[in-house]
Amino acid sequence: MQVKLLFRSKHKDGLNIGMMSKNELLKFIEDQIEVKEFPKFKAGDTITIQYKIKEGTKERLQNFQGVVLQRAGSGPTETFTMRKISGGTGVERIFPVSSPFIEKITVNKSGVVRRARIFYLRGLTGKKARIKEKRI
Amino acid sequence: MSGIIGKKIGMTSIYDKNGKNLPCTVIEAGPCVLTQIKTKKNDGYEAIQLAYEDKKEKHANKPLKGHFAKAGVSPKKIMREFTRFEPGHQKKIGDVLTVDIFIEGEYIDVVGYSKGKGFQGVVKRHHFHGVNDATHGQHNRMRAPGSIGASSYPSRVFKGMRMGGRTGNHRVKMINLQILKIIPDKNLIIVKGSVPGPKGSYVIVERWS
Repeated sequence: MQVKLLFRSKHKDGLNIGMMSKNELLKFIEDQIEVKEFPKFKAGDTITIQYKIKEGTKERLQNFQGVVLQRAGSGPTETFTMRKISGGTGVERIFPVSSPFIEKITVNKSGVVRRARIFYLRGLTGKKARIKEKRI
Repeated sequence: MSGIIGKKIGMTSIYDKNGKNLPCTVIEAGPCVLTQIKTKKNDGYEAIQLAYEDKKEKHANKPLKGHFAKAGVSPKKIMREFTRFEPGHQKKIGDVLTVDIFIEGEYIDVVGYSKGKGFQGVVKRHHFHGVNDATHGQHNRMRAPGSIGASSYPSRVFKGMRMGGRTGNHRVKMINLQILKIIPDKNLIIVKGSVPGPKGSYVIVERWS
């Protein structure tokens, strides 16, 4: 199984158990988890996720478009939280980056935010909830 | 029953066949050496003794050195007794037990010592609710236990009254944990769910059948 580690841990490989760095045996297990290659995105970006859902025996694709609130964790166990407004209600979903159900991720807009975790967005609505777009 | 001594490595998550993300604990278990067989005739009870993880020769005292020399192995860090070990087993002293004794998918028990929490109050230790009001005359009693008994009768506090004290570092057995995966090359067992104790602590993985 070919594994691509796109999201590398900040810490060096540690041998000591109980240290902040990940144990090499634990890393060995996690390295077997396949992580698909996705475009780079961070908090504040608007992205669309195409993911598989099962209905009985049938499988189909569904889209989820929203703003990335945060990326948490590292390595194959990393997750990211997305938020969108659906019918006037805020909806949040957490996806693991290594989830086998994720088919495709496209970055629609890259936003300008100062924080790595933009939870303040939850309290904002309407025009206030806009995020400045990064111009290239 | 059959079992093995191991070490908790840490927690992570893996995916099963259906793509479900399962929380799991990685345990490095064995290889363990059988160092002694206790019999009813000699010791008054039946058990086998397993030893795990090498230690330096200079760190073993003379009696222990002799004990391990009998089994023909180098000194080990920890030894544990297993009673009622596979009744009628044909194991001999010096035999090596590895993770092969387990099968993927079966249910096992894991024994460990929970994380020590030090001296804790009744709210953490016994899940008391404390005083729910911060107002109405309350001032510094938010996490207090309240009354611990009546007055002139019985004029004492009953034994076993739940109070603050040392918490954690107890022997805890987690039962019916499923083995998700076994990696014999690296002596690893991946178990669904959590296991008591900090990373690097010793655990006993056992199966009652």
